[in-house]
Amino acid sequence: MKALKIVVLAKQVPDTRNVGKDAMKADGTVNRAALPAIFNPEDLNALEQALELKDKFAGSTVQILTMGPPRAADIIRDAMFRGADGGVLLTDRKFAGADTLATSYALSRALVNIQPDIIIAGRQAIDGDTAQVGPQVAEKLGWPQVTYAEQILSLDEKEIKVKRRLDNGVETVTAPMPVVVTVNGSAPDCRPQHAKRVMKYKYARTATELQEADMDYLGTLHGDRPYLNIVEWGVTDIEADEVQLGLSGSPTKVKTIENVVFASKEAKKLTSADGDINELMKELIASHTLG
Amino acid sequence: MANFYLDNKDLQFHLEHPLMRKIVELKEKGFKDRAEFDYAPVDFEDAMDSYRRILEICGEVCGEVIAPNAEDVDKYGPSVVNDRVVYAEGTQKNLDAIVAAGLAGLTLPRRYGGLNMPLTLFVMTNEMIARADAGFENIWGLQDCAETLNEFASDELKDEYLPRVAAGETCAMDLTEPDAGSDLQAVMLKAHWDEARGTWLLNGVKRFITNGDAEISLVLARSEEGTRDARGLSMFVYDKKHLATKVRRIENKLGIKGSPTCELVFTDAPAELVGERKLGLIKYVMSLMNAARLGIGAQSAGLSEAAYREALKYAHERRQFGKAIIEFPAVFEILSNMKAKLHASRALLYETTRFVSIYKDYGYLGRDRKLEPEERTEMKEYTRLADAFTPLQKFFLSEYCNQMAYDAIQILGGSGYMKDYPVERLYRDARIMNIYEGTSQLQVVAAIRHVTTGTYLAKMKEYESEARYPADMGDVFKQLVAMREEYERCVEKVVSTEDGEWIDFHARRMVEMAGYIIMSHLLLQQATVCDDYRNSATVFAKFGYGKNSEAAAYIDNACCGIDPFKKVLDERVEDL
Repeated sequence: MKALKIVVLAKQVPDTRNVGKDAMKADGTVNRAALPAIFNPEDLNALEQALELKDKFAGSTVQILTMGPPRAADIIRDAMFRGADGGVLLTDRKFAGADTLATSYALSRALVNIQPDIIIAGRQAIDGDTAQVGPQVAEKLGWPQVTYAEQILSLDEKEIKVKRRLDNGVETVTAPMPVVVTVNGSAPDCRPQHAKRVMKYKYARTATELQEADMDYLGTLHGDRPYLNIVEWGVTDIEADEVQLGLSGSPTKVKTIENVVFASKEAKKLTSADGDINELMKELIASHTLG
Repeated sequence: MANFYLDNKDLQFHLEHPLMRKIVELKEKGFKDRAEFDYAPVDFEDAMDSYRRILEICGEVCGEVIAPNAEDVDKYGPSVVNDRVVYAEGTQKNLDAIVAAGLAGLTLPRRYGGLNMPLTLFVMTNEMIARADAGFENIWGLQDCAETLNEFASDELKDEYLPRVAAGETCAMDLTEPDAGSDLQAVMLKAHWDEARGTWLLNGVKRFITNGDAEISLVLARSEEGTRDARGLSMFVYDKKHLATKVRRIENKLGIKGSPTCELVFTDAPAELVGERKLGLIKYVMSLMNAARLGIGAQSAGLSEAAYREALKYAHERRQFGKAIIEFPAVFEILSNMKAKLHASRALLYETTRFVSIYKDYGYLGRDRKLEPEERTEMKEYTRLADAFTPLQKFFLSEYCNQMAYDAIQILGGSGYMKDYPVERLYRDARIMNIYEGTSQLQVVAAIRHVTTGTYLAKMKEYESEARYPADMGDVFKQLVAMREEYERCVEKVVSTEDGEWIDFHARRMVEMAGYIIMSHLLLQQATVCDDYRNSATVFAKFGYGKNSEAAAYIDNACCGIDPFKKVLDERVEDL
């Protein structure tokens, strides 16, 4: 197998997993200031799959492709600390307000530029929970797609074999290459940031960030070390049709938002399997309900 | 996400100490590595920024991987399969996580694949890892053996072994034998030169060897036939690839169960000589042990941190008689003293670390170029301080961590005695701290010289002359001056007898007095730059004042001499 050019689609999201009482504003929109911006969790699972391919096929590269505001460069750096080679940030006011359709259009235009051998994405993002962007990108590129992937079992020039995690079990499928794979949260966790990579890539910056930085030696450093440049593309760089971008390219309309207060406590479904019972016992003992 | 660095302001405070500038500059030697290594810093701020990031990575591994594994590691422990050690599953996962995070070889030079971090960083990682799992800290901390190789071994040995440590292979230091514990001069494991095979061969038994089945082992062995003392001992490095040792058994211990303590049999085990013959114990082990003592100080601090947090959390949550138990004076007194001791002993730990760091790095610098006269003077001064403070910190940190674990169980009451909470594990783990790498009694033996020769007194007076304390804490400062005067008087009273046995009898008391004064000064200095320490400085000085008054009263008490204490020598078990 030759070296692969791998692209991971990733998104910076507000951390909705531990929301406090000020997570929503009075008008029903997300209070982004109250929630830390993080690497979308399943995109990290996707990154790990990509890095494993990179480990396996010498000479392969992993690029992150993300669309967002300038600060979304943070997740490209994070990915570089974990093993990615670099990334592309799609950032432009004209991208703002995009739903999944407009997002996948913009991403697919960028991907035409990059021309990867394989695209890997997280199943869905924890802010929108749509799971649509990966599949839409595949459709726009005319590539096959494998969703809910848990493990890439094998891969060659022609074909990929993937284990999928479904509601009631697993299935193994094959698909022709090139392919879009979306990865499930049940896949292995991403490796941690690596100390040496953190020191090597911590000054990676986009052109915009570089202009805003007040450190003199950053400029010189970037001249000497091209790998520190994070690519930044706007609308013109991806030769996109502006009508299909941002708000104008987004048919999704939010009708109403409801504030739901749970009436009953969190429910949990357990089977009669030994493992489930053991877990329950441990939990009850830990909470001192038993023992 | 649990992060043991980001949640610990005290650790972060110590990283920002003014002496760090000197430490970093000595370590980075003009930041020349940047031409060759893409991860080397360009200046002081860059280095410090990297340090914070590395500690953050380590803090996350500790909080997210090592700590959650600790309970199972304690429960299942390592095992021996076909004469080899198999780690507990969690231990192996911890090691994998450390390597994946690129933390191995933390202090080693970059040319060997290391991160070239100063000792302060290593001590901080030791501490965080010990907070997560004290037993696992041993396996991590033993990479100190690589520092000994770096300091004393030939270039060939360094080229062979150091990159392997930086890649995550583990180390062991094989010193103790069945008849050689505190008294290492009695080591008998034999090393002889085999002409035919062109190598040294090791034969004999080592006992109580932490991580005994490591990939790389430093072995103290008798290379000079017919000798019986320290001068016949040399240091060797043994590579596990030879498979010439067998793990006879793993000890069944009270605590630190994840750390395999092995009995090892060497049979014609090929090994390479480290440094020069006959300097094994006299020079290399002494260096190794001093580093290890700092390691145990850090391990103790981490364990104390864990104990304090468990106790504090429980005291807030547990309600009795209609209120949280922390609201009762009997409980908040314990917790305040715990916090003050934690702050005070950590201050001592990092003060010592800075001294050791500076003199060691002057040593390395001295190999590259001739040191200037003032540099030599400074190196000598820091060596002396390191020598004085190393046993002092080992003594206090390890004793305190036992007290902290004891207090934590007391706060949790009956629940703390149960396996449901981690404090019983902390209590068991703590008990070895004041035993291994030199018992507390041996630390006193090492420290008492600095009581009698005045190293500690000079340092106290230096702290006094700097008079660094918040404007409204003059009373606390005056208290410390009074404590120093009392200390001087007590030392004079005991030492002027010129009675060796009497001095030994009171040695622990005098060393403790010195420690309380020094730690109180350090906290007071911290309180001048950070308000967070005002309270601990006040509480600890009061606590120390009481302790020192008790010691002074004991020394002053003229009702008897040493004789009643010696009567126990006449007691025989068969008479009981």
